[in-house]
Amino acid sequence: MKIKSLDPRVTRSNIDEDTQEGILNPLDHFETYEVFEQRKRGIHHVHVGSVHAPSAEMAVVFAKEQYTRRGQCVNLWVVKTSDVFVTEYEDSDIFETTVNKKYREPDAYKVIDRINAFKERNAKQNA
Amino acid sequence: MYGNAYIENNGKELNSLTANEDPIKLAEFEARIAAGEKIEPHDWMPAEYRKQLVRMIEQHAHSEIIGALPEGTWITRAPGFRRKMALMAKVQDETGHGQLLYNAAETLGKSREDMTNDLITGKSKYSNVFNYPAKTWADSAVIAWLIDAGAIVNQLANSKGSYGPYCRALERICAEESFHLKYGHDNVVFLATGTPKQREMVQDALNRWWEPIMHFFGPSDKMSVHTETLMKWKVKMASNDDMRQTFLDMYVPKIWDLGLTLPDPNLRKNDETGKWEYTEPNWEVFKQVINGNGPCNKERLAVRRKAEENGRWVRQALLNKNAKYVAPLS
Repeated sequence: MKIKSLDPRVTRSNIDEDTQEGILNPLDHFETYEVFEQRKRGIHHVHVGSVHAPSAEMAVVFAKEQYTRRGQCVNLWVVKTSDVFVTEYEDSDIFETTVNKKYREPDAYKVIDRINAFKERNAKQNA
Repeated sequence: MYGNAYIENNGKELNSLTANEDPIKLAEFEARIAAGEKIEPHDWMPAEYRKQLVRMIEQHAHSEIIGALPEGTWITRAPGFRRKMALMAKVQDETGHGQLLYNAAETLGKSREDMTNDLITGKSKYSNVFNYPAKTWADSAVIAWLIDAGAIVNQLANSKGSYGPYCRALERICAEESFHLKYGHDNVVFLATGTPKQREMVQDALNRWWEPIMHFFGPSDKMSVHTETLMKWKVKMASNDDMRQTFLDMYVPKIWDLGLTLPDPNLRKNDETGKWEYTEPNWEVFKQVINGNGPCNKERLAVRRKAEENGRWVRQALLNKNAKYVAPLS
């Protein structure tokens, strides 16, 4: 039996009610690309999600539709998910800063006491 | 739209399903969630957490895609150019939301092809409300206002859940939905403040949709399966009845404000308890519809199957033989 719908487009499509079509095979919807969006000039591109696409060019088309329908975007990057090399969360201790790397931090450098002492000494000498 | 508040559950006691998990890892996992941190795709997680999330996000994604069908019905006959443009934009949003959610579910290890196959073979569920027809333009107005409103109640709660990719997708979705709600309200108000014929149309639509809307949040807490573990894991963020109460509190006064009525003589707010009282919707009908016997189940799935089939030749023309599957990053 053909489907009779309130939607004239569906009725016109002449679809069999018990159709068995449409089953997908692996990768029928392509691989994924990660999408990076720059909202205005002068700021970093930011990762906003991913799209399924057969090529980088199509990934840009889909990313434009998916992620830039509202608001501003001046530039998009897409990159195949399989080309992104990632660290694991369970290794996140590699980012910890240890006490003996204190010299990397701005607050490891305190000079004001030294300057004040120097000024005081000079003042005494000149007195 | 269309957050699917109701998680189809297998009814098993969840606590027994964590029995085989590594107790140290489980404790770390639960501590992370309790501290308000998010779980990310490659983190260790209990098998049951993964399974329930895939089920929930996948159902949510299907609901977005199938939900675009009853609304899409009215694109060709929308009254006026502005409404036609707005409805097309809304339907495009819903389809986009479906894709965001499929990507979030994919990070947990189920491919989009597998999810689509489970949808069109009837194995996966989607929100029950989309098995009903949008008979008139007023139905599409009621869907855009009240079903979206219900979905927002659910999605705002879920966006504070524990799984990072799902939260991120929901944040983007909720931001876009605010236009849907305003658009739907505008359409309902236009009809409700119009001619007697227009008022009659919107009242009829409201009468038709009230039971599906009450069903939308899922069975009463009294009868729904054990959700304590899902709440602790921040997979489920509010009980079905609590979400229903939030919805009634926000929208029944707005409906009554327009001089419209709702087809439940027992619907009232109890001033002492601060809770809404209502006739318990017929949950037998809900079960029947969700299990395939609603007025539009067959049409929805057949249309979805046909869409995949019609697109096949295009996809094949574009297919890259060297493609290899990797789940999206986040």
